[in-house]
Parts: sequence; structure tokens; C-alpha cells
Amino acid sequence: MPGPLLSVRNLVKHFPLPRSPLDVLRRRPPEAVHAVDGVSFDVARGRTLGLVGESGCGKSTLGRCLLRLYRPDEGEVWFESVDLAQLDERALLPYRKRMQVVLQDPYSSLDPRQSVGGALLEVLAVHRIGTPADRSERVARLLAQVGLRPVDARKHPGEFSGGQRQRIGIARALAVGPELLVADEPVSALDVSIQAQILDLLLDLRSSLGLTMIFISHDLRVVRYLSDEVAVMYLGKIVENAPVAGLFARPRHPYTLALLSAIPEVGDSPKAMVEIQGEPSSAVHVPTGCRFHPRCPWKVERCTHEVPQLRELAPGHRVACHEATA
Amino acid sequence: MTDAGLEVQHLRVEIPTRRGVVQAVRDVTFAVPPGEAVALVGESGSGKSMTCRAIVRLLHPPARITGGAIRFQGRDLVSLSERELEHIRGTGIAMVFQDPMSALNPVLTIERQVAEALPGTRTSAAERRQRVVELLRQVGIPDAARRLRAYPHQLSGGQRQRVMLAIVLARRPTVLLADEPTTALDVTIQAQILKELGRLQRQLSMGLVLVTHDLGVVRQTVHRVAVMYAGQVVELAPTEELFARPRHPYTVGLIGSVPSVDRNTPLTPIPGTPPDLIGLGDGCAFAPRCPMASAECLQGPIPLDVVAPGHWSRCIKAHLVGRTQSAGAAAQRS
Repeated sequence: MPGPLLSVRNLVKHFPLPRSPLDVLRRRPPEAVHAVDGVSFDVARGRTLGLVGESGCGKSTLGRCLLRLYRPDEGEVWFESVDLAQLDERALLPYRKRMQVVLQDPYSSLDPRQSVGGALLEVLAVHRIGTPADRSERVARLLAQVGLRPVDARKHPGEFSGGQRQRIGIARALAVGPELLVADEPVSALDVSIQAQILDLLLDLRSSLGLTMIFISHDLRVVRYLSDEVAVMYLGKIVENAPVAGLFARPRHPYTLALLSAIPEVGDSPKAMVEIQGEPSSAVHVPTGCRFHPRCPWKVERCTHEVPQLRELAPGHRVACHEATA
Repeated sequence: MTDAGLEVQHLRVEIPTRRGVVQAVRDVTFAVPPGEAVALVGESGSGKSMTCRAIVRLLHPPARITGGAIRFQGRDLVSLSERELEHIRGTGIAMVFQDPMSALNPVLTIERQVAEALPGTRTSAAERRQRVVELLRQVGIPDAARRLRAYPHQLSGGQRQRVMLAIVLARRPTVLLADEPTTALDVTIQAQILKELGRLQRQLSMGLVLVTHDLGVVRQTVHRVAVMYAGQVVELAPTEELFARPRHPYTVGLIGSVPSVDRNTPLTPIPGTPPDLIGLGDGCAFAPRCPMASAECLQGPIPLDVVAPGHWSRCIKAHLVGRTQSAGAAAQRS
């Protein structure tokens, strides 16, 4: 079996809070948002990892660290045999072509005055892909690949609906022929009927192009539909990491259980499993011990001071909880 | 006075634009009997929020009501003056929005804003404070007494929504309009707020109109659901009936578009995109995306017809929907 395409070890990214002169005078210690706080996982080639959690859990920051849109403070990001965390901008350039991103709102990243075809041509030209002569044919192929028509190349972003813009965002990411695609909430802004279309498009592209994907979402329903493996994040840490079937058949971390219980289901009658009170703690003053303990229904004394490490409780199924059992 | 609750009849809302007139709400009729919770479900542009805002006459110009009636406490809200409406808003019909920040005053403390909603003025300051603390506690704000002097920006989104619910609780309205009240919140918080909303609705036996794009949210919160598409109600049914036996192809498509957390079944997305609301014809607005559409679907107008007791569908092939499409969808679900 080939090694993982992406291997992350102890990744840390903190964002220091601004300090006022008063803070300095009063000798208040510097504070920081602990966005990502020691995260490790592997993604095998051709597989999709679903990264799930609520707002502020650090899932998007983690995605950006993988793409080196942020420089991690600590830790390693191994892309095949290279640690991207150590590379400078120049050395990174060849890797930029091999990993691409799809964002929630492609509109904000598209130039409203440039035609869609023009934008795609520019991507190809910047990365010196194909000859100038065959680039427009490549653009037509890309548009067809994401379910748009060749005539759409002449239109501007404003002329498209949200779902179509997301197709353009995907086409642009695919233009450079990436191996790794990081999709950060790609369907969250879309209506459900359109969301389903885009999810199916991503599924098709993944199998036809053999893409490796990191799929970031707050919605476990969507994550289940698209992922092979799932990592659940809470306040900057992975609390559970497992193959998709195992995670949904037997979720073991109380936070995962709570997330699952909170999902308003369409398919079946509502069920109650674990209900949690309150809201996530601050990412600046993170709780001691297990970060979930202030909201956890399973809390015992040990949880308040001892940080739980990820333990493998079933094959490939890792859980960071003192009370979780196999 | 007999209380018939809230009745919306043949409501029309239009927005004149440079390109033409947008028909945002087209002949919408539904009723909210006292103590009942009804949901308006639809995707963006379906007219659900417009309908909601039209009820309290809070449309943003140039959007305006061009037809129909809104009956409440024996009066037609469409014809009331702004002065008379102010009396109804708040105690008669209250509204909760997606973003509570826009409804709360950023420069007033939570205490002041909740206290303002309390009826009567002859109570002492201490009594009122006591009452505010009680209300905040009832809607699940932890450490309520210490939160009194907080300003809205110091609270999280979920807590702000709770403050809005405390204001509703203080006002005791007959009907509450909730426009996507949990859309901006995380799922665990959404679950808490929905539970709170349901409790409040039963406790005050308030009529509730819940506007949402999320079919899942509907299922746990309301008695009846009106599914909207392109400005019209296309299906209206008791909640469980709607999920068990949807009788409009659009509803079937919506249900088939939501991935399940319990099972990994393939989605059955609806192809295409919603229509332009300018210059819509009389025919079925969903026909261009409908797997069952045929020539007669384009001949309108298509009425909202009874298909079962309390169950209405705006589809001339509603009798076939149960057999072909939803049979497949139901098989997937069960």
C-alpha cells in the first residue's frame, strides 16, 4: 500500500491578540487564539478526509495551514516526502499547482469584470499549462467537466447563480490539474437542491480524476455523503478520527454524539442521544484538561486537569476521551 | 371576540425593478390557528421571508403588497394605518429574525431592552429587575443576574437569540413570526434554541410561523408545513404526513436532496435552477425542473387542490406523485 499523500504532525497555529500599551504597562501576559493546537492525521492518496466541527473549532485555519496560506507555528505538513511547513514561498511554487482550494463563496474570489473564460485562461497562463493555442480548448473542457456550457466562458461572474459560481470555482481549482483539493464549506451557502448537485459533481470529479480531498464542513450529513474518513474537531484539537462507516455506526466521543444528536434529520423521526448545554469555551482561555469538559455529560474529575490523548479504540478509530470505551 | 388566529388570504407582493416587476409572493393563502406552529419552507427567492415580512407590514420598499388580506383579531392588517399597526406589532404579532444583532439596540443593556418589553409601568425598579432575571433564566441564559448589564455585542449569537426570546416571552404575543431564527447558529446551539422556541410556543399557546430553508428543522418544531416555490405555496400538509407522503414533485425533490446522517443513500438532486420571478406565466413554475412535467403543466393557472384531508398540492399530477417518485424516495428512507 502506498504511503499517505498528506501527513500532518503536531500542527499548531496560534493568532496573537493585539496588545494595547496599557496591557504592556500592566504586564498582562500576551494572549492568543489557539486556532489549531497540536493536530496530527494522514490522508491516503485518492481518499477524502472530512473535517467537521462548529464555528471557531479551527477547521478552516487547519485547511489554510495545509495549503500554506498560513504558515504554521509548529509541526509538520508532509506532502509525499516534503515538509511544506519548512519551505519558503519560492520552493513552494511547484506544490501550489498540486494542491488547490475551493471556497464557500467563489464570488468573492472572482474578478467581477473578467469573463469566466478569461479567468481560467489566466490560471493556465500563470502556471504555464499547455500552449497558448490549445488553452481555450482546455477552458471549454474544464467548463464541460463541471457542467457548464462553452458559451459560459464569455459571461461574467455576476451573470451566474450561486450554484453555477461554485462550479466556476471548482473549474478554476481543477485547471492546474491538482492532486489535492481542499474544499472549505463548498456547499454551505447554497440552497439544498443546488447543494445536492454540487456534492454529486464533487463525487464524480473525485472518482474520474482520482483526487485526494480534504472536505471541511460544519454539516455531518454532508461530510458523511462525501468522505472516506472523518476528523471531528473541537477548540483546535481532533477529538475523534475514524473511517466514515465506523464513526457513524459507533461514534465514541461525547462531542461527536452531541453533534449527531443535534442534526435536524429529514429521513427519520427525531432521536435523542447526547444533549449538551452551553456554548464552546473561548479559544483564548482554553479550559484545562479536556477542552470539552465544561459541556461534557460524561465528565469525571480527571477530565478537568488531564488532557486526553487520541487512543486507538478500534482499527483506525482514534478517540481523545478518558471515558470512551472500545 | 372569537379568535381565528392569523389568516393570510391570496397575498401578493410585488417588487418593481428596472427589468420589470418581480412577483415575489403570488397568491399565498394559509392560516395559523391559535397555539399552532406552521412552517414556511423554501429555498432562497421562494417568497417565504417576504410573506413573513408582509404580515407585519415590514416590507422594504419598493416591495409592496398588491393584493390579498391578512386577517388577525377581526381586522385586515393590509388596510391598517401605521399607528394601528404599532399596537399590533409586539403584543399581537412579534417577530424574531435570523440575526438578532439587527433587532437589538447595540447601545442599551440587555436589562433595559428586556424591561422595555414588560407590560405595565407601575411596578418598582427592583420588581422589574427581578422579572427580567426570571425571564432570562427561563430562556436558558446562564448566570442571568450577572448578564443584566451586558450589551448585545458581548453575547454570543445563541445568547442574543435567547435574549430575543426573553423579549418575546415578556410581550406574550398571540403570534410569533420567526424568520430563519437558527440559520446563523451552530448545530448544537440551533438544537437548544429550537427546543426553547417549541417550549415557549406551547407555554404561551402562541401561534408560530417558522420560516426556514431547512426541512429537518421543520420536522421537530411544527404541526403543519407550507412548502413554497417561486412565490407560491405548492404543498401544505401536517408535518408527518408531508414527510411520509409528499404529493408535490418539488417536495419530493427537496427531501431527496438532503443527505442523511443515518444512511449513505445516493441523493436525488433537482436539476436546474429556480425560475426568474419576472414575467412568470400562469403554468407550473416548477415544470422546467420537474421529472413528471408534460405539456398540460404549462397551461395554468394550477390550483392548490386537496389531495387528502388537510393535505393540499399545487400539481395536476399529484395523484401520481405518491406512486412513482416518492415510492422510490420512501424506499430509500425506510
